[in-house]
Amino acid sequence: MSPLRLWLMLWRAQWHEGPLRMTVPVLAIALGIALAAAVYFVNHSALEEFEQAARRLAGEADLVVRGPSEGFAEDLYPQIAKLEGVAVASPVLAIDVSLPGAPRPLPVIALDPFRATRVQPGLLGEIAGGLRGFFEPDGIFLSMRAADALEAGTGDRFEVLVGNAPRSVRVLGLLSDTAYPQALGIMDIAAAQWMFGRLGRLTRIDIRLVRGAALADVHSSIELLLPAGVTVAAPAIDSDRLASATRAYRVNLSMLALVAVLTGAFLVLATQSLAILRRRPALALLRALGVTRGGLERALIAEGVVLGLIGAALGVALGLLVARWAMRVLAGDLGAGQLAGATGSLAVQPLEMLAFVAAGSVFAGLGAWLPAREAAARSPALALKSGDAQAGVGTTRPWRAGLILMGLGGVLALLPAIQGVPLFGYGAVALLLTGAVLLVPDVAERLLGSVPAMRRAPLALAVAQLRGSTAQVSIGLVAIIASFSLMVAMAIMVHSFRESFVAWLDTVVPADMQLRVGQVGSTATLTETDEIAVSRIEGVARSEFRRVLPLALRRGAVPVALIAMPIDEASAAERLVLVKAVRGRGPSQLPPVWVSEAMVDLYGWGPGTEVVLPLAGGDLAARVAGAYRDYGRSGGSIVIPRKVYASASGDSAVNEGSLWLARTADAAAVEAAIRARAPFGEALQIRTAAEVRDISLRNFDRAFAITYALEAIAVFIGLLGVSVAAASTALARRAEFGMLRHIGLRRRQVVTMLAAEGVLTSAIGVCFALLLGGLLSLALVYVINRQSFLWSIDLAVPWLALAVLAATLLIAAAITATLSGRAALSGDAVRAVREDW
Amino acid sequence: MALLDVKGIAKRYREDRPPVLAGVDLTVREGEYLAIMGESGVGKSTLLNLIAGLDRPDKGSIRLDGTEVSALDDDAATLLRRRQMGFVFQAFHVLPYLTSAQNVGLPLVLLGTDRRERDSRVAEMLAAVGLGGTGAHYPRELSGGELQRVAIARALVHRPRLVLADEPTGNLDPRTAGQVLALLQAQIRVGGGAGILITHSLAAARTADRILTLTARGLESTGGVQQGGP
Ligand SMILES: Nc1ncnc2c1ncn2[C@@H]1O[C@H](COP(=O)(O)OP(=O)(O)O)[C@@H](O)[C@H]1O
Ligand SMILES: [Mg+2]
Repeated sequence: MSPLRLWLMLWRAQWHEGPLRMTVPVLAIALGIALAAAVYFVNHSALEEFEQAARRLAGEADLVVRGPSEGFAEDLYPQIAKLEGVAVASPVLAIDVSLPGAPRPLPVIALDPFRATRVQPGLLGEIAGGLRGFFEPDGIFLSMRAADALEAGTGDRFEVLVGNAPRSVRVLGLLSDTAYPQALGIMDIAAAQWMFGRLGRLTRIDIRLVRGAALADVHSSIELLLPAGVTVAAPAIDSDRLASATRAYRVNLSMLALVAVLTGAFLVLATQSLAILRRRPALALLRALGVTRGGLERALIAEGVVLGLIGAALGVALGLLVARWAMRVLAGDLGAGQLAGATGSLAVQPLEMLAFVAAGSVFAGLGAWLPAREAAARSPALALKSGDAQAGVGTTRPWRAGLILMGLGGVLALLPAIQGVPLFGYGAVALLLTGAVLLVPDVAERLLGSVPAMRRAPLALAVAQLRGSTAQVSIGLVAIIASFSLMVAMAIMVHSFRESFVAWLDTVVPADMQLRVGQVGSTATLTETDEIAVSRIEGVARSEFRRVLPLALRRGAVPVALIAMPIDEASAAERLVLVKAVRGRGPSQLPPVWVSEAMVDLYGWGPGTEVVLPLAGGDLAARVAGAYRDYGRSGGSIVIPRKVYASASGDSAVNEGSLWLARTADAAAVEAAIRARAPFGEALQIRTAAEVRDISLRNFDRAFAITYALEAIAVFIGLLGVSVAAASTALARRAEFGMLRHIGLRRRQVVTMLAAEGVLTSAIGVCFALLLGGLLSLALVYVINRQSFLWSIDLAVPWLALAVLAATLLIAAAITATLSGRAALSGDAVRAVREDW
Repeated sequence: MALLDVKGIAKRYREDRPPVLAGVDLTVREGEYLAIMGESGVGKSTLLNLIAGLDRPDKGSIRLDGTEVSALDDDAATLLRRRQMGFVFQAFHVLPYLTSAQNVGLPLVLLGTDRRERDSRVAEMLAAVGLGGTGAHYPRELSGGELQRVAIARALVHRPRLVLADEPTGNLDPRTAGQVLALLQAQIRVGGGAGILITHSLAAARTADRILTLTARGLESTGGVQQGGP
């Protein structure tokens, strides 16, 4: 009989003996792969879509000249248009326009239609119908998404905020969804400059080169013309910008993918190992019958690969379904609001799908490799003896390798991020986890050795049984340790983050009431007169106003937030959560600014650094007096004393304020008074400190809710692994139970014995996973969080939540063990002892 | 006086098959060692299981020392086995994760015998079956004959009134089988209990005081090979 035929026959036999045993590892790897693949597909599709949208906006431009959001003087445009090699230059003014009462501003691209259509030919078709009206001073084209949000159709009017006054604009036409999937408005550049008070300003120039012109030459000749703060680059950069904006939330998902993949991999390893152990006598028989050692080893690995292949294929299919569902339900946004522009269609990539399938089968093959080697190397004579399935497993204890891996993990944790992604950090987590898992057999042996002698027979038997099979116990624990420790680590990180976040909120939102004009946009402001009016309203004890505006420091990077507020070096420590500060002015006479931690990482602006801020009125030299935590803005922020900002930029308007109320004042009355006082009152966003806190924390919790849900799934999969191990062991031990029943153990006592084994085993697993999770959380808090969010948090452990989690897991394990024990006892004891083993 | 009194028991597993046992009677006196022979599948093990209270007869009565075994509930039957019976199986069924001493000591642990007495009885029993000094060995270090001797020690360590041995030599070579049977017989005698040996080997059966054969018609005395009592 050929080896292949032999294996097919044996598999068929195994399948008939217990379909569940063969199905479960396949399902386990399918779930693991599905989790990872779904996370990947959702992420990838959303980003892809954004990138395409960005490309469409930039059209077929070869080069893009970009300035700060305040823009640059339009004289630059004719200079560039005249350059040799430039075929078309299209001037653009991009502004985020504030809408009264809307949570998000409307991005408006203002352009010269004749030049723009030569760079983006598609645009002509889009606006052709309304071209005649295009030059009307208040006309705008809207994308479908924007029109839906504004509930405005062609010919309708809607209001935008300019300064502190509303203006009405008219919808000239709608842009097709395929060309402009995001919320967007397109206007004539002259009209926009006029309407938004940006006369003579541009933010961008799209450039198409003469065919055959050398990009590098044109690039450098443009560069010579550029004033400070304006850059030229190829348009691909927009996608980087987006990637960095969504980075924070992707860390979450990457961790999840890691949890999914590691849990899946370890589960496959465990199930394969146990399956091979259980089959040892049968495998020994094959060896005795003439299957070579290498042949056996290869066959077992092949078996693992095949199971992995089936599981991974199922997993990718399942992952696609889940991803499609998630994209539809969440519109490509897994809870963080970061990808709000994506429309939710899923891009399917055959190559990536194949990669997932390959990864799944490789993991399964690896999982089979170790036990296969051991099984093949085992002397058939020994293995054929009764009782061998339980005995003498894993005599080579891998603790040394475990310590080495953990050491390597520790070293990786010290390495910096690669392009803002903490790759080494993730590597460190994986190595620490793998290393720690290798320590499990030794730790389990020690722990079991230290259990005191028990008087009650079922307990004594349970301890003896576990002591006699440490290796199997450890293998069975691997998957649950992997998933539970990662869950513990994530829980600690999220809790630490939340605690630090709350402390931060208390510092930065100390006042009773916050107000903000036209939430995120930059066109709406309050004048100094409005400011004084608000501060004089009855019930307002004290007020403080801020100007918050985006500041582009470097091309391609997300603009940082510049916050001009009343602050000086004496009060800085109370107003900001300072992490680093330099005392004293030193030799420098420059005005102080404070920067968020992200600025230190992204721009190297440490305390003491002298920096230049490209403000609207010109460059301002300043010195960094300290670094603070800013959980509100991951792209970086700069705090500048308001007086310094106003005198340097000539901009004395404000768009945010904090109000401290008199003790007797009624918040609702004050709010009403403010709204009545201001002509733009409806557009003001007024929130009490408690509301700000609630909203922030709700957003925070929502962002992590999906994480918890998916992690719970991972732990569930781990638990599934444990119960399958327990159930299959219980089945294999039926003869033992039968004998115990013969010599006088009650049915209940056998079940007690099994439950005790289950609880003891999982207690070991849970303790180990708690400790390991604590260790991993250090890597998460101090390396992965720090490197990807660019802000620091203080370690805080959610003791209660961890205790509840651990208890839940123990109870679940006890129940599982009891159930599988009952199942094993359901066949009568009489027949069990007759089974030859 | 009869230790075990089996009267008219019948057992049928499946309605579509003839009954395995029909009207079997058996009396075992105190201290008597009995062999039951019969073809494979005739119902020998079934009979033993009914006597042990592991299964219930459809008809008839089984009295051990006056107690109706077939009327006991599962727990009571378990306690009866724990105190009054010892078992030896064809496949040894020695727990692989316990040492031979621990395996032998199991019944005493279940009975709550205190440690000191347990240790000394186990050592005594191991010595009696010729395994003195191997108490710390694990089953995988022992041969088949040695494993069955551990099982015999376990079956007798708590001085049961009735030892039930179901083909205890089925997995052993003839020489070892002979030794094991002699040991079993001797130890039952020493302990003062009764024993039922199930076997299909005549040579094995001859170590008993009396030989019965189970057939479809019931238990029959096998004349001619019967040996006298001691
Ligand atoms: N639990 C059971 N269910 C159904 N049939 C059984 C069961 N136990 C034994 N039998 C059948 O009863 C008959 C007698 O079995 P058994 O007592 O084991 O025979 P012996 O020990 O004499 O070889 C056999 O035909 C066997 O298949
Ligand atoms: Mg039998």
